[in-house]
Amino acid sequence: MSDVKLIKVTVDGKEVEVPLGATALQAAELAGAEIPRFCYHERLSVAGNCRMCLVEVEKAPKPVASCAFPVMDGMKIITDSPGVRNARRGVMEFLLINHPLDCPICDQGGECDLQDQAVAYGGDQSRYREHKRSVTDKYMGPLIKPIMTRCIQCTRCVRFATEVAGVPELGAVGRGEALEITTYVEKALSTELSGNLIDICPVGALTSRPYAFMARPWELAKVDSVDVLDATGTNIRVDSRGPDVLRILPRVHEDVNEEWMADRGRFSFDALKKRRLDRPWLRQDGKLRPASWPEAFQAIATKLKGLPGDRIGAVAGGLADAESMVALKDLMAALGSTNLDCREDGAALDASERAFYLFNTSIAGIEQADALLVIGSNPRVEAPVLNARIRKRVINSHMPVGVIGVDANLTYPTKHLGVGPDALRGVMDGAFGEVLRNAKRPMILLGRGALARPDGAAVLAAAWALAQSLNAVTAEWNGFNLLHTQGGQVAALDLGFLPGRGGKDLGAMLGGGVDALWLLGADQLDPSLIAPETFVIYQGHHGDRAAGRADVILPGATYLEKDGTYVSTEGRVQRGRRAVFPPGEAREDWRILRAASELLGHALPYDDLAAIRTRLVAVNPSFARVDETPAPAALTAAPSGDAGKLGTAPFTLAITDYWQADVFARASDVMAECARAHAPTPAMAAE
Amino acid sequence: MALQDKDRIFTNLYGLQHWGLQAAQKRGNWDGTAGLIAKGREWIIEEVKQSGLRGRGGAGFPTGLKWSFMPKPDPEGRPSYLVVNCDESEPGTCKDRDIIRHDPHTLIEGCLLAAVAMNARAGYIYVRGEYYNEHLILQAAIDEAYAVGLLGNNAAGSGYAFDLYVHRGAGAYICGEETALIESLEGKKGMPRLKPPFPAAVGLYGRPTTVNNVETIAVVPEILRRGASWFAGFGRPKNSGTKIFCIQGHVNKPCNVEEEMSIPLRELIERHAGGVRGGWDNLLCVIPGGSSTPLLPKHICDDVLMDFDALREHKTGLGTAGVIVMDKSTDLIRAISRLSKFYKHESCGQCTPCREGMGWVSRVMDRMVEGRAEIDEIDVLEDVTKRIEGHTICALADGGVWPVQGLIRHFRPMMEERIAAYKARHAAPAMPMAAE
Repeated sequence: MSDVKLIKVTVDGKEVEVPLGATALQAAELAGAEIPRFCYHERLSVAGNCRMCLVEVEKAPKPVASCAFPVMDGMKIITDSPGVRNARRGVMEFLLINHPLDCPICDQGGECDLQDQAVAYGGDQSRYREHKRSVTDKYMGPLIKPIMTRCIQCTRCVRFATEVAGVPELGAVGRGEALEITTYVEKALSTELSGNLIDICPVGALTSRPYAFMARPWELAKVDSVDVLDATGTNIRVDSRGPDVLRILPRVHEDVNEEWMADRGRFSFDALKKRRLDRPWLRQDGKLRPASWPEAFQAIATKLKGLPGDRIGAVAGGLADAESMVALKDLMAALGSTNLDCREDGAALDASERAFYLFNTSIAGIEQADALLVIGSNPRVEAPVLNARIRKRVINSHMPVGVIGVDANLTYPTKHLGVGPDALRGVMDGAFGEVLRNAKRPMILLGRGALARPDGAAVLAAAWALAQSLNAVTAEWNGFNLLHTQGGQVAALDLGFLPGRGGKDLGAMLGGGVDALWLLGADQLDPSLIAPETFVIYQGHHGDRAAGRADVILPGATYLEKDGTYVSTEGRVQRGRRAVFPPGEAREDWRILRAASELLGHALPYDDLAAIRTRLVAVNPSFARVDETPAPAALTAAPSGDAGKLGTAPFTLAITDYWQADVFARASDVMAECARAHAPTPAMAAE
Repeated sequence: MALQDKDRIFTNLYGLQHWGLQAAQKRGNWDGTAGLIAKGREWIIEEVKQSGLRGRGGAGFPTGLKWSFMPKPDPEGRPSYLVVNCDESEPGTCKDRDIIRHDPHTLIEGCLLAAVAMNARAGYIYVRGEYYNEHLILQAAIDEAYAVGLLGNNAAGSGYAFDLYVHRGAGAYICGEETALIESLEGKKGMPRLKPPFPAAVGLYGRPTTVNNVETIAVVPEILRRGASWFAGFGRPKNSGTKIFCIQGHVNKPCNVEEEMSIPLRELIERHAGGVRGGWDNLLCVIPGGSSTPLLPKHICDDVLMDFDALREHKTGLGTAGVIVMDKSTDLIRAISRLSKFYKHESCGQCTPCREGMGWVSRVMDRMVEGRAEIDEIDVLEDVTKRIEGHTICALADGGVWPVQGLIRHFRPMMEERIAAYKARHAAPAMPMAAE
């Protein structure tokens, strides 16, 4: 920050140094003076319309809106004078005259900016004797519940939708008192970030529909955790009461999610109560029947006894925590098996170097990139918050974005370069090749969809070679990025949950290569591919696709019900924490494996979380570096694929329906409603 | 001493002659324009400064000073703009209308000279949507000017390239606020911008822009031709020049008239508008500068001068010089209430005090008309107007509450009487009591 000129301003007699170009509000905050505000939000453009942040500036004829007033050298700001207080009281009075004051039935009650600031600036009684304005309610989809009579027209939501989400579908119609915030036509906002509207709305105008009338904020137990339903690693706070998770909110993490969160992570938790596996099940005479834990373990032990190690296999799902995966891997090793895989989609990942499967640029690093090539990915649905970061970069600095693959609307301008590997092969010959060549910090974003295909290894190798040819893999900058879609995937790769020496991969295991298959939350693979004679042990939390094929079901815990370690797509190790207990007889997954190992005669050498985490670090030291991303490093190695063997089939996307993309979403009523609301309208013949 | 005909700038204000170019040139427009341009930017600004011309749109900001804020020509050739505000929506004001329909060439020539002074390569005249016929005339006049080379690449043979466009608004009062006008010109909703940055730094399409009223621009050519001292010779110091006054209401002969600044209000009304209906003593009050300026009761009207500073001393303003005369037959509370309704309707709704407050004021005023209120509500009303005033992004709210403040300041007893009369009419009938 040495190139920023600092100037001195005085706030309430206290001198502070602020960078030139700062606003009076920022200067006041630096000086420790609290300025009330409604419309101002750090991450949105300045509107200056609520007038709550009025301060006096020496020599200014009237109070100024501090959020929009640039400071000048030697300026004297007064944030607390009778004039300022009176102005703010006036604004508060005006805000309240048409506000319904239905706080007792308002879901924002207890965490409402208007309530809080009314304590400081509100009158004890109203002088307003006229009729209050009321506004008809709107419909904004299954997630947002608008009660627009409460709206104070701060336009934060309009600015969020337009600037961050990139969907200019919210706006204000009417004039003066009749000004209303609306979606113009009543429909759900076409964004995967709509839940953030609830957070930024300073009053109870935009509230959560699933959370409506569920609880008061002070009744909730709050647990900090991470979201695993996409691979961004969004930091979350889980609010629960007793056994129920009632809502999930994002936490601020500047390098990951800023303060945003994707809708699937925020709203699909109602699946915790739907289609759960809350007790062990055992297949008997072709039908599943409830069983006890000892029965289930006994059935497994009976089956595995005498089976050679190479006839046993294990598959880890994309949402599994690192602890359970290392336990399963160790158990398989003890049983003599190297048949492991974590790539449910069959993506041709290469784990020989960490850089081959990470989002190396890091999410915060996107803001330094100056060109982006997207290959076979739709970051908007695969990682909505990460996509918002790309959008921020595109909007702020006009970063050019080229897309190879499906030409989806990413909320920012893109240049479509082709649909398949041909376009990738020829990219450097076209105009966009020139853009990439001239870029100082180019980024290549490779989607899982581009790897989960027969020529996936070739695509990976070609993309890596492209990054190398652009000089984008150096000690200063790594522009090669793989975007995963589920939060457990990178930890699996870090642990080497892949076929070992002589081990069989997913395809071989499914196709009858093993006699017993242990599925750890593997819900994304197609169970009909599993050979009919294979004995399937399903350990997971939902009666989804794979559970129906199982011979033994071991009920596990979701990410909200266990302490777990997850690694985001950028290689950031983060800890999830238990917010509620798993239902019924379901248990934390690594404990299930630990118990099973004992009955199988290969007791795993860890009995508590600390011991298993020590084991994690032993397997891969990166697990010791919590909340860090790897520094860029020059690398001469290359993925093992042969870039010359590119096929011709167009790239497809890893996620086609955002609202039904994982086991949680498929069990969630809220997500089902979203899927309906966002389904394309069938074309109708004109009559 | 009234303004003599030889000193009038708008010699066709009443449309007695044709508005066209030939007639305009006979009246002296476009005379030696190239020569004036040749004297250069600095000279034009200096002359305008010396003339003491203050903005005719209401705020009265010194025009020469405003022009001098415009930056030097951009080295990369990016443009600056002149925007002319003809969104004349202030109730009681109709001067710009007569300029563009009867004397459009004064404005067009003024645009060219002003553009030279501020390095503008293009000018936009934002005409209020209701002025349909007037905009047709203005456009025809501009076409005429283009046809003979007074506008365009070599405007008036001066070597200066200047293009002038007419843009029609859609009838929102707020679009007369300069930054809302710019937003509207850009095709957005007419909502005022935050200042700073001021338009002279970041204006139309993000470029330096100056927004001036029609009359301000239209008087510039005559000032430059006749010299700053001629213009400065009218009126009192700092309030110099001639001004079009729009006199209406309860006068015998409502009219627009160009007069010297600082003319006594009474002389203005009696000389040009045929006096107050029923004689001067029948006068109740006058709104001196368009609907947003506070009214003046008769005893002040007796000897007040019509200029910026004299009216400011009486806590009102010259505004647009739309003089609204009200005689004693007026229901003054109802008149002011009607104005409140106008400002409530025209508030853009962007910032809180105006959006919420104007409705409050308007509703209370509605009750005040009937007298259906308490005496202490007058104090509440005044306090509310004070809480609105000066706390908003633009000045619409200020203009919206000033009439009410003026009413309370000068006619509070009338309001109290009205309330008392209502109470008397609606007094609860005395309940017959049983004898004990």
